[in-house]
Amino acid sequence: MGTLNAANTMINAAEGGFHAPSMSEFFPAPFLFEGTPFEMNRVMLIRLIATVAVVLVLAVWAKRMKLVPGRFQSSMELAMEFVTVGIAEDTMGKERAKKFMPLIVAIFFGILFWNVTKLIPFLNMPGTGVIGLPLVITLAVYVTYHWAGIAQKGLGRYLKDALILPGVPPAMHILLIPIEFITKFVTQPFTLAIRLFANMMVGHLLLVLCFSATSFFLFDASNGFQFFSILTFAGGMFVFLLEMLVVVLQAYIFALLACVYINSAVSEEH
Amino acid sequence: MTPVNIVAAAENPLLPALYDIIWSAVCLLIVFLVVWKYVLPAFNRTLDERAARIQGGIEKAEKVQAEADQALAEYQKQLADGRAEAARLRAEAQEEGAQIIADMKAQAHTEADRIIASAQNQIEAERQTAMVQLRSEVGTLATDLASRIVGESLTDDQRSANVVDRFISDLESNSSAQPVKGA
Repeated sequence: MGTLNAANTMINAAEGGFHAPSMSEFFPAPFLFEGTPFEMNRVMLIRLIATVAVVLVLAVWAKRMKLVPGRFQSSMELAMEFVTVGIAEDTMGKERAKKFMPLIVAIFFGILFWNVTKLIPFLNMPGTGVIGLPLVITLAVYVTYHWAGIAQKGLGRYLKDALILPGVPPAMHILLIPIEFITKFVTQPFTLAIRLFANMMVGHLLLVLCFSATSFFLFDASNGFQFFSILTFAGGMFVFLLEMLVVVLQAYIFALLACVYINSAVSEEH
Repeated sequence: MTPVNIVAAAENPLLPALYDIIWSAVCLLIVFLVVWKYVLPAFNRTLDERAARIQGGIEKAEKVQAEADQALAEYQKQLADGRAEAARLRAEAQEEGAQIIADMKAQAHTEADRIIASAQNQIEAERQTAMVQLRSEVGTLATDLASRIVGESLTDDQRSANVVDRFISDLESNSSAQPVKGA
């Protein structure tokens, strides 16, 4: 916040020339199908590009798969095993994970590619930085884990397992059942979506802030302030490196939590 | 209409616009379908094939190892057998050698005894011959000498033979007791 205030003060001092990051970047003007539900703007296009990229990479990998792998296949297998074994099977167990594997793998690689567009020059915008995509992925996970729990146990027992904690005095249930309900049906999915969305959005804003401030200090500010461009550029580089981590980390966390929720919905013990 | 929508969405980033939801769903669906129908089956198939290949390789290696172990055991057994055989042969040879030496010694003894015996026989025979010869010559010489001394002929054969015989027997009985005096 301090940085933002400082930046705002700068704008006032220099009177324009500084492109402050704003939410409107996430909602650019549409250029196709304007006014229809298929309205296409820059962010949607970036999502589609990332989708095509992930499909291409995975499909080419699957198509050229050989018994003895080359470099590309090996590294892809490493990534794939990180998801199938490291995330899904370690959380749910081998048997149970098999059923949900397509969803988990699609979530991980999809989010990874939709995130990473924020670091790619000329795209510079995360596909997951607008709430729709995190929400839709969350909805897929939400529907999956409730559906899987109900399919496995029946509605009554599923709700009982989900809402009633064992070994608690009966009176406490008045308090605990609403809490559990809110946790399972509201908080869990909500935080899942918001975590991804907020990380991506804020990361993007930080990058824009740092680099536009650098540009401002270097070209528009009075001579005495040009030194600050070094600082803001260094800050921008740091955020960029941090975002490289966050891009992968968020994909990992989302996929992992999806596994945890599914597992707790279908497991017999509470 | 649209600008209002965009502004509204821009003001509350947590409320998704409809197009946002639709494009998100399209993207997720595409990735999900590709992963589900194409990528994961291919991946699992490859892993299974590889596992089967490796399993086969391990089994083959185990088989080869077992065969090698068996062959080694066989060789070692053969080696041990060979050593035992060699030791047995050596013992036999030593025994046989000792036997041969003993046989040779015995044979040599026999031969030596035979040679000694035959030598003795020969000596005996020669002695007999010499004795017979001597007897006849001594008889002749003695009778000649005696007839010369006595002056009468003792050529009568019957008589002279008697005389010589008596003489010889005397000679023999004396020679066994003491050296001959008169001869």
